[in-house]
Amino acid sequence: MQRIKSLLIIPDFSLSPRIDQVGVEERTSRFTKRSIKKETKLNGLKLVLNMIDLTTLEGKDTNGKVNQLCYKAQHLHDAYPGLPTVAAICVYPSMVKTAKKALGNSGINVASVATAFPSGQASRDVKIRDTKYAVANGADEVDMVISRGKFLAGEYNFVFDEIATIKEACGDARLKVILETGELGTMDKVRRASDIAMHAGADFIKTSTGKISPAATMPVTLVMLEAIRDFYYKTGKMIGMKPAGGISKSKLALHYLVMVKETLGEAWLSNEWFRFGASSLANDVLMQIVKEKTGVYQAANYFSVD
Amino acid sequence: MSKTEIKKSSLSISENGLEKKISSKRLEVLKTYKIYIGGQFPRTESGRYYVPVNAEGKKLANVCLSSRKDFRDAVVAARGAFGSWSNRAAFNRSQILYRMAEMLEGRKAQFIEELIQQESSKAKAVKEVNLAIDRLIYYAGWCDKFQQLFSAVNPVASSHFNFSVPEPTGVVAVIAPQSDSLSGLVSVIAPVIAGGNTCIVLASETKPLCSITFAEVLNSSDLPGGVVNILTGKVAELLPWFVTHMDVNAAIYCESDLETIKMIQEKSALNLKRISFYDKVKWNTEEGQSPYFIMDTQEIKTTWHPIENVAGAGGSY
Repeated sequence: MQRIKSLLIIPDFSLSPRIDQVGVEERTSRFTKRSIKKETKLNGLKLVLNMIDLTTLEGKDTNGKVNQLCYKAQHLHDAYPGLPTVAAICVYPSMVKTAKKALGNSGINVASVATAFPSGQASRDVKIRDTKYAVANGADEVDMVISRGKFLAGEYNFVFDEIATIKEACGDARLKVILETGELGTMDKVRRASDIAMHAGADFIKTSTGKISPAATMPVTLVMLEAIRDFYYKTGKMIGMKPAGGISKSKLALHYLVMVKETLGEAWLSNEWFRFGASSLANDVLMQIVKEKTGVYQAANYFSVD
Repeated sequence: MSKTEIKKSSLSISENGLEKKISSKRLEVLKTYKIYIGGQFPRTESGRYYVPVNAEGKKLANVCLSSRKDFRDAVVAARGAFGSWSNRAAFNRSQILYRMAEMLEGRKAQFIEELIQQESSKAKAVKEVNLAIDRLIYYAGWCDKFQQLFSAVNPVASSHFNFSVPEPTGVVAVIAPQSDSLSGLVSVIAPVIAGGNTCIVLASETKPLCSITFAEVLNSSDLPGGVVNILTGKVAELLPWFVTHMDVNAAIYCESDLETIKMIQEKSALNLKRISFYDKVKWNTEEGQSPYFIMDTQEIKTTWHPIENVAGAGGSY
């Protein structure tokens, strides 16, 4: 009872902890210095593969493109059997039906961006309908964007209410809240936005849309992971994390796993609680897995085209 | 300069009755020879180095002992640079090779000095540097001309316009000659890049000085980063990685060690690399330059272009 009660108490978000940026950068640089070799590396790479939300979010997306991506999700590298599949396919709401059909009962989720992605500049009514449309078409997960303009103007209640409303519209679908950290400006604001999102009912917090640079960086992800940790200590509720955009190399992905493990612990090391939003990461991971197995450096043209 | 000032710089100290003279000779600032990857000069990832010595036993420099990971990074850089380099107009590649020659000319003195350090006579060193410059000019000229010589319109028995043209093969791994450390290096790099390939070169193990100074020339001569990557280190350690890497399309070896040649032939089969052995080429002669060296890293592509036969008269367009 105590736990549920504390969830209901909405804190004053202007009092979210301030972030020591230099400290965060120093700490993240340590995560890149762990030595991960051989079997451990292979297991890490397979875990990364299993955490990927294979993404296509372009104006030029067609049913054909989405079908092709869904096929890829199920057959990552057939020359090498026994590989895990990716966690989900991430598409626009209009492509959810296609993706759902193509994935069938493969166990791979369909995630849909919603709420006027990527800008989020639409009325609340439109956002709710966008979300309901995605869920009605079968989306298992919804990736919403927050209203950064309102957030930066200090209208935290607006942002909070919006997330809560979208959470309600999601029904059973898991809600990922995109903060678009590249537009927030400071680490303090990243932390504050994370706190708002988690208290408002987010199941996941996500760094970026992938449309703005910088997208996911290790320092920003660390700040969000620490927000998740503090939220967990306070309420006992686990929140997932999804860095998205700009993670295209396996080595970097492994650094992220180290960061998750050392910040949140083993419990978060599954695709239920941690995801990578990426499109080209999968192929690089596959290349590294084959390199580990064969001992020979691989070339991109022996793998599927993204 | 006054007399007192001169005295200050050479002190005499009396110690145990012996007069010791402390020389005022300035300590030399020795250059660190770093490797060249993707237009940057990083130190080797491994942090290792070796010290090549000349015949008199004089230490030449601290030189990076590159690891397979440096090579891997270099392949990534070379692959990244391949698209834009091969798509450049051949004439533009020609201009850039010419510019390399110009920049080399401008730094002649330094190369001559390094060659002398690596046990060459003055006259020989001058000759070698001149030859290297001339060879760049030679291949600059060939950039936009070899295609015409080696292309063909082929007679075929159907209504097709059938033609074959050479195209660059991709990323080339080069083990540079151990002797002729400058002219040999230039002679193997120039035909590879003249044809639109990008390359990773392992410099002479015993005489690596000129190769890194040459990288500095490349870096200041409009050559895009990643087109030429130069590593220093041990051939025996790196060669297996050079020839097994799946993203390397061709390999060039300039020594005559039969065991090594056999190993290259076997391992290159993995992804059907084009392999060339230049063990008998005398780089310091005319024999060391030819458009056929360009063709060693080209592949011939043939196009069948359908044409329509117009009317019964046999005329066509």
